[in-house]
Amino acid sequence: MQGIEQLRDISRQVLALSPADETEVVLVSTDEHLTRFANNEIHQNVAETNLEVRVRVALGNSVGVATGNGFEARDLQAVIDTAIRLAQSQPDNEEWPGLPEPDNRFTDVPGFEPGTASTSPRVRAEAVERVTRPAHESGCVASGALSTSAFELSVANSKDLFVYYPWTQADFVTVVMSDSGSGYSAASHKDINHIDTHSLGEEAIRTAVMSQNPIDVDPGEWDVVLDAYAVADMVRFLGILGLNGAALVEQRSFATGHMGETVTGENVTLVDDALDADTLPMPIDYEGLPRQKVTLIEEGVVKGVTWDRYWASRAGTQSTGHALPAPNPWGPMPDRLQMAAGDTPRADLIKGMKRGLFVTRFNYTRAVHPVKTIVTGLTRDGTFLVEDGEIVGPVKNLRFTESYLDAFSRIEAISQERRLLLSSYSGSSLVPSVRIRGFTFTGKTQF
Amino acid sequence: MRDYTNRALDTAGTLGATYADVRVSEKRTQSIVVKNGRVEGVEEADSAGFGVRVLVEGSWGFASSYLRSFEEIDRVVEQAVRIARASATVRSPKVEGVRLGSPVTSVGTYNTPYETDPFTVPITQKIDLLLAADGEMRAVQGVTISNGSMHFQREHKFFASSEGSFVEQLLVESGAGISANAAAQGEFQRRSYPNSFGGQFVTGGYEHVLGMGLTENAGRVASEAVALLSGPACSGGTFDIIISGPQVALQVHESCGHPIELDRVFGTEAAYAGTSFLTPDKLYNLQYGSEIVNIVADATSPNGLGTFGYDDEGVPAQRTDIIKDGRFVGYITSREDAQKLHRLVPDAPEASNGTMRANDWNRLPLIRMTNINLAPGPWKVDDLIADTENGLYLDMNRSWSIDDKRLNFQFGCEVGYEIKDGKLGQMVKDPIYTGITPEFWNSCDAICDDWTLWGLPNCGKGQPSQLSHVGHGASTARFRNVRILGK
Repeated sequence: MQGIEQLRDISRQVLALSPADETEVVLVSTDEHLTRFANNEIHQNVAETNLEVRVRVALGNSVGVATGNGFEARDLQAVIDTAIRLAQSQPDNEEWPGLPEPDNRFTDVPGFEPGTASTSPRVRAEAVERVTRPAHESGCVASGALSTSAFELSVANSKDLFVYYPWTQADFVTVVMSDSGSGYSAASHKDINHIDTHSLGEEAIRTAVMSQNPIDVDPGEWDVVLDAYAVADMVRFLGILGLNGAALVEQRSFATGHMGETVTGENVTLVDDALDADTLPMPIDYEGLPRQKVTLIEEGVVKGVTWDRYWASRAGTQSTGHALPAPNPWGPMPDRLQMAAGDTPRADLIKGMKRGLFVTRFNYTRAVHPVKTIVTGLTRDGTFLVEDGEIVGPVKNLRFTESYLDAFSRIEAISQERRLLLSSYSGSSLVPSVRIRGFTFTGKTQF
Repeated sequence: MRDYTNRALDTAGTLGATYADVRVSEKRTQSIVVKNGRVEGVEEADSAGFGVRVLVEGSWGFASSYLRSFEEIDRVVEQAVRIARASATVRSPKVEGVRLGSPVTSVGTYNTPYETDPFTVPITQKIDLLLAADGEMRAVQGVTISNGSMHFQREHKFFASSEGSFVEQLLVESGAGISANAAAQGEFQRRSYPNSFGGQFVTGGYEHVLGMGLTENAGRVASEAVALLSGPACSGGTFDIIISGPQVALQVHESCGHPIELDRVFGTEAAYAGTSFLTPDKLYNLQYGSEIVNIVADATSPNGLGTFGYDDEGVPAQRTDIIKDGRFVGYITSREDAQKLHRLVPDAPEASNGTMRANDWNRLPLIRMTNINLAPGPWKVDDLIADTENGLYLDMNRSWSIDDKRLNFQFGCEVGYEIKDGKLGQMVKDPIYTGITPEFWNSCDAICDDWTLWGLPNCGKGQPSQLSHVGHGASTARFRNVRILGK
C-alpha cells in the first residue's frame, strides 16, 4: 500500500511538470494475491505488486493519454512527454468536455478491511484445504481460486481536484467434479472473514455428487429456475449491451428511443449502486467524480443508464460518476449491479414448477444480437430435471439462445435471498435466483 | 541485466528453491481508435517489472513487482518461496511433486523481423490512414457507427533460470482493422475488415498495416452493413456450408487450439476455462477430423502472432503435429505436463514443445496456443462454390460460444450468402451454425488455398486472467450437413 500522502505527492509532482492546458493524473496501486487449486491441491499461487500512473493531457481540445509504472523523475517526465506528443498529433475534438472541477459530494463508505489486505499465503492455504479435504473424502476433485487483494485509487487534476480511495476484495470460486458430474459455488466480499470456504465447498460438493450420471433431455422451451450465478450473467449482459450511455447514444441499446417505456417484466428492478457498504463499494470514478446510485430498470421500465463526462456531454446530460480509465472505448459501464429481491424463499422456487429445469450457472455466454439482448451460452456445473416441484435427477448440459430481456419478462418468482458475486471482467452483482417460464434451449452437449 | 537475474536466482537457491526462473519485461503498447470521424482515443502505455517462479518442497510459488532494486528482488523472491511453502501444505496424496524432466539450458536472442518499426511512424500518419478509411465508411448512407483502430506492441524481455538458461527477446506486433455498424428500428448489423473484433494482428512492422487495404475496402464494408439491415434473415435447417478463412481461424482456435492445451486435459484449468474432451486415451487413437484435416502448432511461422524465439520456460520455439490426416496426434505442452503425459502415454514426448507463455511480467506462464494452423488445401474458392449444390457461404465472426470441454459450439457470422446450384445468391443476415467438434471436423471435405495467418489478440485464460496473442493459419473450407439456426 502506498498511502494517501505518497499518491498525493506523486500527483503534485506530475501536475507541476506538465505544461498542458489541462492535466489529469490517475494512480492505481495493486497488491494482489491469488491461491489457485486443482485436483485437490494448490498448483498455482501468485502475488503481484504494482503502481501505475495514467496521465491524460489536453492541449486545447486535443487529448493524449500515456501510462507507466516507473516513478523516478525521468520516468514521470517521460509519461508526460508522451501524453503531450500524442495530444499534439491529433486534430481538435470539439466534443471534449474538459476535465471536471472538484466535486466533494462523496458518500463516505468504507471499503478497506486491513485483515483482508494482510491475509498470508498460509491462511489462504488453510481456507483452500477446507474445500479440498472434504472434496477428497467425498471422492470428488476440487478446483478453484481464493484471492485477497488491496487496491488504492487516486485522481488529481489541474483544477485542484484530488480524491483517494482504498479498498480490499476477497473472492472465492470452486468447481468440484465427481465421476460424471460437477458443482459450483462462488462468493465475494471486501472482508475475507465473510467468505466461508467450507460452506461454499460443501455446496459445490453436494451439487457434484447429485449431478452424477446425468440423462439426456431435448432442447426446446423449458420452465427454469436459474440460480443466482446464472442471473448474475444476465444482469451483466444487460448492463454491457444496453444500460450504459455509449450504447444509448450509438443506437445499439434496447433503451435507445425507449427510455421510460416498459422493456421487461414489472417484477424486475435493477440499479447500479456502488455506495452500498455491504457489497464492494466504490464511491469515486476514474475522473475523480462521486459515483451516484442509478436506477436502470424500475418495475420493468427502463429509467436510466450510466454516464461519464464525455458521453454525458454528447447526450446533453450529466455524468453519473461511471468513468473508467481513459481512453475508454467501451463506454461508462454499470459495474455494481443489484437486482431487487423477491418474496419467495429460494428453496421454494422449484415448487412452482410442474416440469422444468434447475440451472446452477451459465458458461461461455456471448451476445448474438445486442439490441434484442439475445445471448447464447451453455448450462454448467449442475443442471437438474424438476417434476412436480421436486428435483428428480441431473441432466446433461444444454445450450440456450435467448433474449435476456424477454426472459426477464417471463419471471414468475424471485427469491428473497441474494448473492454477491464478482463479474468476470471487474465489477460485481448482487442478485437473486429466479423462476422463468419458457426459456429457450437450442442445443445440447454430451456431458 | 545478468546482475538482476542472478540476484533473483541466487537468493532463491539460498532460500531452498530446487528450481527458479525469473522474467524481466519492458512492454510498450500504442492504441489509436477513431469513430465517426473523430479520434476517440490515443494512448501509449509502458509497463515494466519482473516475476519470479520457484519450486520449493515440490510446489510452485510466484511473485512479481514493478520495482527493480536488489532489495525488491530479495523481497519478491522471499515472498515467492513463502508462497511455495504454503502451496506445499495442500497437496493431493495422489499427486507427486512437480517434475520438470531434463534441464533446459537455452542461451540466445530472438528479435521479430520487421521493415518499419511501428513506433517510429508518426501518430499523425496513422490517424490520417484511419480517418481516410473512416470517411469512406461514413460516406455510405445508413452507417451509424464507423470504427477504425490500430494497436502496436513492443516487448523486450529476458528469461533466466537456475538451470542456466538466459534468453533475450524483442517481440514487435502490429494490428489494425475497421468496421461499420448500421442500426435502424431495433435492428443492428456490422461488417468488419480484415477481421472482426479489432482486425488483423501480426508479429512484424507497420508495413503489414499499409498492406491491409483498409481504405480500399471501407466502402464495401459499409455498404454491406447497410444492406444487411433490410436483408432477409438466414433460414434454419441443415446445410453444406463454406466458411471463410477468418471464421475457420476462430473455429480452429475454439475447437482445436483450446482442447489440446495439456493443462486443461489434466484439470488445472477446470475452475475457469474448463477441461477437454481430448483425454490422453484419445491420443493417437481419435479420428478428430476427416483425412484432409492437418493441424500443427508452430511458433516459428513467419509473422504469426504466436511466433517467438523461446517460450517462458526457455524452451526454443518449434513445430508440432497436432492433427495428422485427421487423427489426433499431439498436445501443446509444458515441461511439467509433458512429463506427466509421458508417464501415462509412453509414446508421447517427455520434453515440452515450448508453449508456456505469460502475457506480462506479473503473470505466471501457462500453456497457451502459439500459431495453431490448419494446412491449406488445393481448392480455389470460386471452384468450391461452383461445386456446392445447395448451401451457404458464411463470412466473418460475430459471436462465438463453446462448452467447457470444447464439444458443443455455436458461431454467429456477420453475413451469409445462399448458394444454389453452385452460384452465390441472396445475402442473408444473422447466420448461426452449431455442431459438435469431432462430427464437424469429420464433415470437412474441401479446403482452399487462400491461406492467411490470422492473429487473435484476446485469448483469455487463467486466474488471475490473462489475454494471450495467438495465431491461426486458415483457409476457406467446406463442411457438410451442418445445422443452421434460423427462421
